[in-house]
Amino acid sequence: MDFWDYAIIAVRVILAFAIPLVAVIFLVWGERKINADMTNRIGPDRAGPWGILQTVADGLKLFFKEQVTPRKVEFIMYAAAPVIALVPAFMTFLIIPWGQGFTFEIGGKVREFAFVGADLNVGVLFFLAMSSVAVYAVILAGWSSGSKYPLLGGVRGTAQAISYEAAMGLAIVAVVLFASTTSSEGGTLSLVELVERQRGTWDEVVALPGGLAWFENVLGLIPRWNILPQFIAFVIFMIAAVAETNRAPFDLVEAEQELVGGFHTEYSGFRFAMFFLAEYTNMFNMSAMAVVLFFGGWDGPTFERWLPGFFVTMLPLFWFLLKTAVVLFVYIWIRATWPRLRYDQLMTLGWKRLIPAALVWLIASTIVVSIRQFGWPWA
Amino acid sequence: MGILNDFAKGLKVTLRQIWGERVTAEYPKDMREKPQRFHGRHVLNRYPDGMEKCIGCELCAGACPAHCIYVRGADNPIEAPVSPGERFGFVYEINMLRCIFCALCVEACPTEAITMTHLFEMSTTNREDAIYTKRELLVEPDGTPNHMFPDDSLADVEELRKADGWMRAVAPGGRVAYEGLTPWSESAGVGVRPAEPGQDPLRPIAADLPDFLTIEPASPRSVAEGAGGSEEPTGEEATIVSPDGERSDGPERSGGEDAVPEEES
Repeated sequence: MDFWDYAIIAVRVILAFAIPLVAVIFLVWGERKINADMTNRIGPDRAGPWGILQTVADGLKLFFKEQVTPRKVEFIMYAAAPVIALVPAFMTFLIIPWGQGFTFEIGGKVREFAFVGADLNVGVLFFLAMSSVAVYAVILAGWSSGSKYPLLGGVRGTAQAISYEAAMGLAIVAVVLFASTTSSEGGTLSLVELVERQRGTWDEVVALPGGLAWFENVLGLIPRWNILPQFIAFVIFMIAAVAETNRAPFDLVEAEQELVGGFHTEYSGFRFAMFFLAEYTNMFNMSAMAVVLFFGGWDGPTFERWLPGFFVTMLPLFWFLLKTAVVLFVYIWIRATWPRLRYDQLMTLGWKRLIPAALVWLIASTIVVSIRQFGWPWA
Repeated sequence: MGILNDFAKGLKVTLRQIWGERVTAEYPKDMREKPQRFHGRHVLNRYPDGMEKCIGCELCAGACPAHCIYVRGADNPIEAPVSPGERFGFVYEINMLRCIFCALCVEACPTEAITMTHLFEMSTTNREDAIYTKRELLVEPDGTPNHMFPDDSLADVEELRKADGWMRAVAPGGRVAYEGLTPWSESAGVGVRPAEPGQDPLRPIAADLPDFLTIEPASPRSVAEGAGGSEEPTGEEATIVSPDGERSDGPERSGGEDAVPEEES
């Protein structure tokens, strides 16, 4: 460890905080703009060009506002809830692989710079764990506010998150199971490894019987992303992801028409800003996870033959951001279109549709994977 | 799967709107076009010779459902008459906080003295400023309307000059579709406010009127701009007909110094 190692660590720490904040700034602005476009309005256009600094202005305003604390709150829980919301969001952000790592030489040593906060070998589990911890923020905020609407919002949020987490977990299990067959090293829970296994095209993994050899040429054109074999899992994951992040049409937690602001009704100033930040960071995380699990992460053409090395390193980053932006657009698009579910519909969808569907899909995947791995039972 | 079809249909609707027209008017940068009969702030008009139209009859105050108008008439001084009638509006106040902008005062006025304009920016920082007196309501002898806060960034005197179509629709002897004939009197600064064609969708423009009642239809441009702002009316061919059928030519009426407009009704 010399100076440069510490410098790299410092840069990574700063980036780990700066990137989510900048991403949220663009995300909130983008959401407001797209929502406005879809409802024939103009949207924010006063602060900065195209209103792009609107979120900065809003954030500054919230930062300087008084933090009103109602008299009946349980103060320790009340103050801790926004932190509990924000920390898991940032922690999840750390495990997302952004792009291919690269090496460079500085200070007489070859050093590595990975585009991922931490490549955990249990990344998927960590992701699920963090999204479970975030539920505590909602229930604690709702309960400690000492007010009825936040409590209702908190209870709703907890029930919803628990219901949909099951479906999401099962969908991810199917993906992980499938990924275990595409490499000789067996199963993995590392997100970087999951992305690596989605590189290339389908003809590399699918062995076709003789008569269908011509079809391999077609498969050679299709990227080896999990979306194709795991489409059902993707649909379940996306529905659960929208529900997990409490976004429309599953935003019963903060249903303005019924619950004022839901669990954050009694919050103001910077504490409110933390909830806000957490919600949008989670939204980004979920989109990034969808890209990592189903759309090959940073996989994409890098044009090594024509482009200089710098671009070859940066293009994966670009592909990752592009895919994430598309998923985020769908998120916002859905919000601008579909009305909110009723509470019983929400629970019906979660328990009676998604979880059975995820279970059936998991069993089906297991059967296919087993046959691929061990052959037909009678053979 | 019908439901998936419906989901897709909904998503398509919102996606299409991205390229759709924006309905937001970026006030105050862009002002939306106001309807011809928009009920904005009142003004008290004058005849072209500078005489006040108000005769202090208090019919407006009587018609007002919000009781926001206070009028006190006084006898006209013989040597320097203020209005062509016996009396004139000595005090004229409208409490804009109570006014509901129904324009019943405009309908009640026998001399078309009070009309409404297209001005709607009337915020004040204290309640007393919301009581408009003759100082604000009465136009200058040359027809320039007064604004309470002329230096205000939002003050728009042009909007005050635009008389809404309501006065012309309800003028004595007027008709709801007031196109085709001008039975209303002239005002200082604007002369005879033109009638706009197209007010009666059931009737082709000036088709069933006898020849001597027709005037040149106002150009489409002046329809779009309201009652023409400061521009002079196309008065050459305009024929003014009083209710009893007597004809007189418009430009001649405003000519002489001593021309006293006849009281209608």
